Amino acid sequence: MIPYVDVPLVSCRGLQFRWPGSDATLTMDDFSVAPGERMFVCGPSGSGKSTLLGLLSGVLRATEGEVTVLGVPFSTLSASGRDHFRAEHVGYVFQQFNLLPFLSPVENVLLGCTWSRVRAIRAGATRRAQRDEAIRLLDALGLVAQIVERSRTGNLSVGQQQRVAVARALIGGPQLLIADEPTSALDTANCEIFLRLLLAECTRHGTGVVLVSHDMNLARHFDRAVILGERPHSRMVTWL
Amino acid sequence: MNLVSLALKSLRQRRTGVLLTVVTIALSVFLLLGVERVRVDARRGFSSTVSGTDLVVGARSGPVNLLLYAIFHVGEATDNITWKTYEDIRSMPDVAWTVPLSLGDSHRGFRVVGTNTDFFAHYHYGARQAVSFASGSAFSDLYDAVIGAEVARQLHYTVGDSIVLAHGLGGPASALHADKPFRIKGILAPTGTPVDATIAVSLEAIEAIHVDWQGGIRLPGMEASAESTRHRDLTPKAITACLVGLNSRLSSFAVQRAINEYPDEALLAVLPGVALGELWHLIGAAESALRAVSATVVLVGMSGMLAALLAMLNERHREMAILRAVGASARSVFALLVIESTLLTAVGAVLGCLLLFGVVAIGHDYLLAQAGLVLDLAPSSNEGWLLIAVIVLGVLAGAIPGSIAYRRSLIDGLQVRL
Repeated sequence: MIPYVDVPLVSCRGLQFRWPGSDATLTMDDFSVAPGERMFVCGPSGSGKSTLLGLLSGVLRATEGEVTVLGVPFSTLSASGRDHFRAEHVGYVFQQFNLLPFLSPVENVLLGCTWSRVRAIRAGATRRAQRDEAIRLLDALGLVAQIVERSRTGNLSVGQQQRVAVARALIGGPQLLIADEPTSALDTANCEIFLRLLLAECTRHGTGVVLVSHDMNLARHFDRAVILGERPHSRMVTWL
Repeated sequence: MNLVSLALKSLRQRRTGVLLTVVTIALSVFLLLGVERVRVDARRGFSSTVSGTDLVVGARSGPVNLLLYAIFHVGEATDNITWKTYEDIRSMPDVAWTVPLSLGDSHRGFRVVGTNTDFFAHYHYGARQAVSFASGSAFSDLYDAVIGAEVARQLHYTVGDSIVLAHGLGGPASALHADKPFRIKGILAPTGTPVDATIAVSLEAIEAIHVDWQGGIRLPGMEASAESTRHRDLTPKAITACLVGLNSRLSSFAVQRAINEYPDEALLAVLPGVALGELWHLIGAAESALRAVSATVVLVGMSGMLAALLAMLNERHREMAILRAVGASARSVFALLVIESTLLTAVGAVLGCLLLFGVVAIGHDYLLAQAGLVLDLAPSSNEGWLLIAVIVLGVLAGAIPGSIAYRRSLIDGLQVRL
């Protein structure tokens, strides 16, 4: 278990990443995210946004430097250890196509605690309770129960799908939510509503957020915003 | 939600493609096991063409040759055995029974065998089954004939029909024994042995149709009518071969030696099992060819599955990224694909087995009647191993896309490249 001490949610020191089979190297300034903090990350294509998220979620391994999440340095974990850590503590939202079409919306949400006992228990003691929690989350994110229960995942609109994705990322209350351009498939009106709901839910769970987007207008919803510079050295310019 | 139920749900989503793949595998397994079943049963049917007979005796030639003409009715005998010799063999102390066989005549391409009614009692095939009558009964009158199932089927004969035998083994110039027609007294049930293509008459009948013949031609001016022949002495002067049953199998070699060393005539006694083994060895190349074909079929089936899995892999890139994002390890992604291909193979294999069972159950009698092939409903021992090999191949086939997905998920991270 992670002891409750005043450690930063995320801290990165001397981060370097070289893509396998290539000489291109990404170097990043040090930064950290406090528990419950919302950080907005923005940057041009190729500035290493997706790579940063891969490193933070523990899917990619830093060539140099250290990613520490909740006081646990990733370099001390094996690949499967990082996978497990991610399952327990990190929720992830993709740009789009977040859902497995062969599962119902509720099953998609429950996927969030499939690989984590901690999150499963936190979501509910029984299968039934976990299901109810999934439906409650979807409801809180503005999806009516009838839509959730009845419709096939494929019939949901993009906006609805993104809300299901957020519910999946937040079930069982992970400490960190990582979102990779989650609003880019939404129109402006939907985008505002969606982001407000997402951040409200995160606040309720005390979940810290790292959200990547190229849409600067979204930055005002966040505690902090940084811009990644061009490669090879991604400077972090704190902008807000 | 565990990996297996995820795999099942994912498969259900892609049911059309999955169904085609399963059908491909099922057909491959059906063919593989079917060919194996046919091979094993053909071999067994062949090696049990004669069972319960301890020795086959004929004039001295080679064991395979003797077996070919005496049992399979292929080729011609080199010489005959005199009736006296036959009686000497019959009276040997260890001999329980003998069945004489007199060959040389035919009817529309089917061989005629002169024998006695002991043939129906002692000629056994397969798992020591005696021949049985589909209709009618054994010959009792001099001019009665019993025909095999294949003869009846091809020539559309029924009990009571009249047939005329030809001298020699057929061909356009063969002389007919037209003066002494035979009446069909019985039709044998199919056996899957050369008996099916045989017409059996009594030894006396063979003698009777040849009373006025000498050296292959009918003696002019000596013609004997069918009725007057009945009153002649019809004790045969010679037979072609005989089947010998012993009181005890233990004496096989002693009796065999005694017959082989028979002073008055050059004889050959063979153990049918040994000679059948030698003969099968000769035609074993066909067996290997069958095996090669069925192995190829399975490889094609597995390649089909591999192609289908690889094609699906691209569409499922997204699925893999989502699973990785919620904490599935790269190994889980690998396992998912292997579980999937294992499921497909297992279901295909089960369907293939059921299909084979159904086809054999339905086609059993038809195959016996049409092809003389006795297929066993129960699987042969090799089939279990073949099934295991197929499943292993299926698991390996899943490991290929699995390892591709594994590597990709390590390199790409959580990026979804569409």
